[in-house]
Amino acid sequence: MDNFHTIAELIRIASERQKPVHEIVLAVESEQKLRTREELIDEMRQNWKVMYESVKKGLKGGIRSVSGLTGGDAPKLYRHQLKGFLGQAGLSTAAFAVAASEVNASMGRIVACPTAGSCGIVPAVLTEAYEQGRAEEDIVMSLFTAAGIGMVIDENASIAGALGGCQAECGSAAGMAAAALTEIGGGTPEQIGHAVALAIKNLLGLACDPVAGLVEVPCVKRNGFAAVHAMLAADMALAGVKSVIPVDEVIDAMDRIGRAMPRDIKETAEGGLATTKTGLALQKKIYG
Amino acid sequence: MHGVFDIIGPIMIGPSSSHTAGAVRLGLMARKVLGEPVTRAGIMLSGSFAQTYRGHGTDKALIAGVLGMKPDDERIRDSLSIAKEQGLEFAFQKADIPGAHPNTAELHLTGLHQNIAVVRGASVGGGNILITKINDYYVELAGRYPAVVTIQRDQPGVIMNITSILGMGGLNIAFMHVARKNRGEEAMTILELDEEPLPSVIEAIKGVDGIQQAFSIPAIG
Repeated sequence: MDNFHTIAELIRIASERQKPVHEIVLAVESEQKLRTREELIDEMRQNWKVMYESVKKGLKGGIRSVSGLTGGDAPKLYRHQLKGFLGQAGLSTAAFAVAASEVNASMGRIVACPTAGSCGIVPAVLTEAYEQGRAEEDIVMSLFTAAGIGMVIDENASIAGALGGCQAECGSAAGMAAAALTEIGGGTPEQIGHAVALAIKNLLGLACDPVAGLVEVPCVKRNGFAAVHAMLAADMALAGVKSVIPVDEVIDAMDRIGRAMPRDIKETAEGGLATTKTGLALQKKIYG
Repeated sequence: MHGVFDIIGPIMIGPSSSHTAGAVRLGLMARKVLGEPVTRAGIMLSGSFAQTYRGHGTDKALIAGVLGMKPDDERIRDSLSIAKEQGLEFAFQKADIPGAHPNTAELHLTGLHQNIAVVRGASVGGGNILITKINDYYVELAGRYPAVVTIQRDQPGVIMNITSILGMGGLNIAFMHVARKNRGEEAMTILELDEEPLPSVIEAIKGVDGIQQAFSIPAIG
């Protein structure tokens, strides 16, 4: 099996073999890691289980982070789902993402996806798909598609906030989530590519400027925003909307933007929101 | 190129892979080196660990590791009170370790039988660690391979006996490092292997003449 280094290659291999994208990612991983398809699917199923548990735990409430900066917003948002402008699906997705991120901030168990700071986005859209009645097996398989997208971003740009800012973490997660949802929604490999491009394009340049250097403000709520954003990207692609800029060029732009971003908004807590008057006051309160 | 589970995974305790998962692993490594139940832990924190350990829960993660918890253990959050219940005394101190990676901790552990272990290491990102000092020995141990560490008398034949036990167990040595304090005194061997050794292999190594201590450290990916 040919390895893939761009999303265009991944799409081409899938289209040529008339296989879903997840099958290509699975076959390459199986070959590279000398592990059977079944072993890989079992491990991914375990990841999905932990993702789902982290969402459910966060929705129950009673969560507080070590610093006290975050916790308890997920149940509020969840209770609002039938009353809001965004509609039930959008609001519950946002609540799911905030839930998993609040669990992360409170030292609960999560799956890094691709990082701990962006751990709510992929689980949120998949939990929403699951609760809309999509088959669990399709959800587990879609995680291989999401992983394949993340692998290409990691190779050609970055998934670390310290290197690429938040576009590298929440931006990558949104691209991965959009890919997974598009596949579950019956999209073609090309549509998956457009969904990723649309999701990432609209988070380019995002600063990583967390208050006190903690994975809390703005990270927790940002997971909620990015999950809804990913869902919109998937729906756009499934509706036939195309990205004018091809997905691999979007990832190249992300890499260049990440390099051009100043150090003080790349996870150093030396700029942006971290050095606002309130941000600095909170930092002082936490560390003395 | 990274694999699927480098992107989706690991399953871990939040909030940050370098401040929690990596810190738990440092604690676990120090516990392995001591090789007996820990009764006292003095932990020096350097660089960013010293600045932000409270907010990130790095203190809880280090103590959790010292208590033997894995990086995905949900009790990490409560590890400080669990340590008190189990009679583990601990103290944290900010320190400036010159030239050290920003996320560095040095753990001074005392065991039930008054043995002492000192382990210095850094959390280098994504939950990965690099051990840079074990007791009096400067080392570089990343945990990418399963490792066997021995402390022995510096005398002829000890290493031959260790490596032949590994060979008979079908274990290939990927990297090997030997260091000693002074001729004929205490020495340390670190053997990084391609596969995880069985407990029986470690027991056999403990039986080699001149071996004072032997333990294995699993690969941590």
